[in-house]
Amino acid sequence: MKPAADNGPANGDAVLSARNIVMSYGGVHALKGVNFDIHRGKVTTLFGENGAGKSTLMKILSGVVTPTSGEIVLDGNLVSFSSSSDARDRGISIIHQELSLAPNLSVRDNIFMGRELRTRTGLDFAEESRQARALMADLEEDIDPMTLVEDLRLGQQQIVEIARALSVDSRILIMDEPTSALSATEVEVLFKVIRDLTSRGVSIVYISHHLEEALQITDYAVVLRDGAITATAEAKDIDLEWIVRNMVGENFDLGSPPSGHEFGEVALSIEDVSVVDTSGSGYSVVDHLSLDVRAGEIVCIYGLMGAGRTELLEAVAGRVPMAGGRALLEGEDVSGLSIAQRISKGLVLVPEDRQRDGLVQTMTVGRNLSLASIEAFAKGLFLSRSRERELVEDSIRKVTVKTAGGNAMIGSLSGGNQQKVVIGKMLTTNPKVILLDEPSRGIDVGAKAEVFRLLSERAAQGLAVVFSTSEVNECLSIAHRIVVMRRGRISAEFGANATKEQIMAASGEAVVA
Amino acid sequence: MTDVSQARKQSSPSASEGFDLAKLLLEGRAFFALIVIIVVFSILSPYYLSVANFLTMASHVAIFGILAIGMLLVILNGGIDLSVGSTLGLAGVVAGFLIQGVTLTWLGVVLYPPVWVVAVLACMLGAVVGLINGVLIARFKVPAFVATLGVMYMARGLALLMTSGLTYNNLGGKPELGNTGFDALGFNRLFGVPTGVVVLVVIALVGSIVLNRTAFGRWLYASGGNERAAELSGVPVKTVQISVYVLSGICAAIAGLILSSQLTSAGPTAGTTYELTAIAAVVIGGAALTGGRGNIRGTLLGAFVIGFLSDGLVIIGISSYWQTVFTGAVIVLAVLLNAVQYRRRSKLPSATGGQPTSQKRGKAEPANPAQGKTAR
Repeated sequence: MKPAADNGPANGDAVLSARNIVMSYGGVHALKGVNFDIHRGKVTTLFGENGAGKSTLMKILSGVVTPTSGEIVLDGNLVSFSSSSDARDRGISIIHQELSLAPNLSVRDNIFMGRELRTRTGLDFAEESRQARALMADLEEDIDPMTLVEDLRLGQQQIVEIARALSVDSRILIMDEPTSALSATEVEVLFKVIRDLTSRGVSIVYISHHLEEALQITDYAVVLRDGAITATAEAKDIDLEWIVRNMVGENFDLGSPPSGHEFGEVALSIEDVSVVDTSGSGYSVVDHLSLDVRAGEIVCIYGLMGAGRTELLEAVAGRVPMAGGRALLEGEDVSGLSIAQRISKGLVLVPEDRQRDGLVQTMTVGRNLSLASIEAFAKGLFLSRSRERELVEDSIRKVTVKTAGGNAMIGSLSGGNQQKVVIGKMLTTNPKVILLDEPSRGIDVGAKAEVFRLLSERAAQGLAVVFSTSEVNECLSIAHRIVVMRRGRISAEFGANATKEQIMAASGEAVVA
Repeated sequence: MTDVSQARKQSSPSASEGFDLAKLLLEGRAFFALIVIIVVFSILSPYYLSVANFLTMASHVAIFGILAIGMLLVILNGGIDLSVGSTLGLAGVVAGFLIQGVTLTWLGVVLYPPVWVVAVLACMLGAVVGLINGVLIARFKVPAFVATLGVMYMARGLALLMTSGLTYNNLGGKPELGNTGFDALGFNRLFGVPTGVVVLVVIALVGSIVLNRTAFGRWLYASGGNERAAELSGVPVKTVQISVYVLSGICAAIAGLILSSQLTSAGPTAGTTYELTAIAAVVIGGAALTGGRGNIRGTLLGAFVIGFLSDGLVIIGISSYWQTVFTGAVIVLAVLLNAVQYRRRSKLPSATGGQPTSQKRGKAEPANPAQGKTAR
């Protein structure tokens, strides 16, 4: 790590500015005209909920993606990055939220991947090892450079990712959730490194869900909500409440819990369920968790990334095995059943990642919608096309999918409508319990509201709904009960009248007095 | 050529959306290639364009066509089956062996099973070979390429072992033993049509119905298109995966019976490299090797393109070395056109969506924000 000497650090001025950045994916606007300054030699923290557009903005500033419109100004000059390596050559590097390491290579090879040090005849392994070791010493981490990355625990892998960004002499370093897997001591060391960097004139952009932690290190705070900047301030002028207030917003209404119907019997009973991490570390991502959901009730599971929400829902749906405990559907143990059997008993899951787990991209809207209920239109050996058409048309109408018809390709729909197809596919099976993992991910506010309206209608008809989210606003919309998960356990339970601060405090996100 | 174009046609039977020649040529490429082949060879040789020659060529195509239909099922699932050529050889040799009579030494008798029993046993053998493939792949997670490669060697080795490398030349059977009639499986003709062609037609029809009108067909397209999504929708993806290899093995055994009958001999090296021809036919027919796209009609056209091309080259007297070069060129061309077609299709939504997006070409742009965040 060499000092990135820079011309005179005139404190407070912007080294890199984004002007009027708009980013659209199809019909979805991820960023709506954002202005953002990175202050020279300072730490600028970007706050915002999941899906607010933080990562998208950072990807634009580091050249990973090109914005739909808008300009980037570097040192007063208009620039456009053709790729992330172009941005890196100009002194901008990024630590991505998702680790981008090759697990089959050593720590040294990962740090120097793509910019290997050369001698006249080959690679300078000795120098690479020396530098790698020096970086590890800076980060106070006892990792041998020849260790394979796959043999490291997640936190150490994150350290390697950080080391790789530090190994480039960058003037601007973007850290997107660098601490999500780090221990408290490791975070302390990272902060020491950050202070050291800023004292040498390096400008840092910091993103974290741990608000308090971020407030410790930052000089400037910028809040992003729904693709627009809502507030900017110096760190000395603000407190946690200010951040939460600006992050979450006050007035957007995603509906309220459906009322006027009695809850039925317990529909889903999760008893003492544990799930072990699949990477073989033996770590419990869900830790002896119990939860009952009644017919007609809507339960929201709130938690940070890595709290175990996805693993819990996937274990109940039969996607991943339970290490312990059982799930009862209307009193009947379904733990040993296949996914197909659970679906026919009335327990369905809408997965988190619709592209990867929800949709078959090679098929039409109609065939996606009918995929989970093929028995409903089978006549003996054969499928009845007319009955399938009825089923599909009925389903398109009920979940209000905007499409040219059942024969349109699934890829022609917007994200929100694709999500409605995934939900519609599961509702078509007439379930008793529906589990939805982040049903609002990657869809716009209007579609979100429609999805929630759909779920509350079905709940009023007796469907038990469990959905997970990492956005507080969504908990406070249609849910009758809010369950907060933290490190695989339920850390708190609230009624519909909980406050945002209570929920966020229970998740470990922010402790507000 | 694919299920998608089919779906489009069904949705708009009037086809009033204008006439796009490039699109028509692209989507019907295997069909047009076949026409071109027939026209060119008919000009080059007076013998090519005749019913007799077409029937002969069709009986050659039957072998590849049956293998290719089995292969199509596997490829729709996103897999590959390299063992079909060896399975074909093994099935032929086993049939030949059974016709010579099975000596049960401890009973002191020689069994001469009738031809239908021989055929059923050979098909069961094909099913067992396919089952081994399927279980290795679905249960033990062996990559399809490796599992079927290993089985390919084992099946070929067994065929060679059974005959010590020799060929059964006497498949006629003896009337007094009641095991005559092997000729009926491929050598003979039914109303002037070679039996092999009849069998191909039957398999193609059954295959089309299974793919388009049954739950199994839907499961196959779904699990080939996105296995994770299919599994979460309750599709028994493992059963589907094992089944396609079993069906492919049965198709290979049927092809083996027909080939030995056509040649009136069963040799242990029969069908060597036929798996590659079958894969080529499927690819020329527009199926995607990544799974989920393809249909029987395209695959049949692919088999006919390859068969009619290579027989045509023989008729006009071009050396077999050149035939190999030509066949290879056709395959490469087919794959190139497949890539063009699927690229066009993936562009289609954004072209009609009316949202001007990326200015930069050649850069991978996620169609959806969520897509960029998939598994690492």
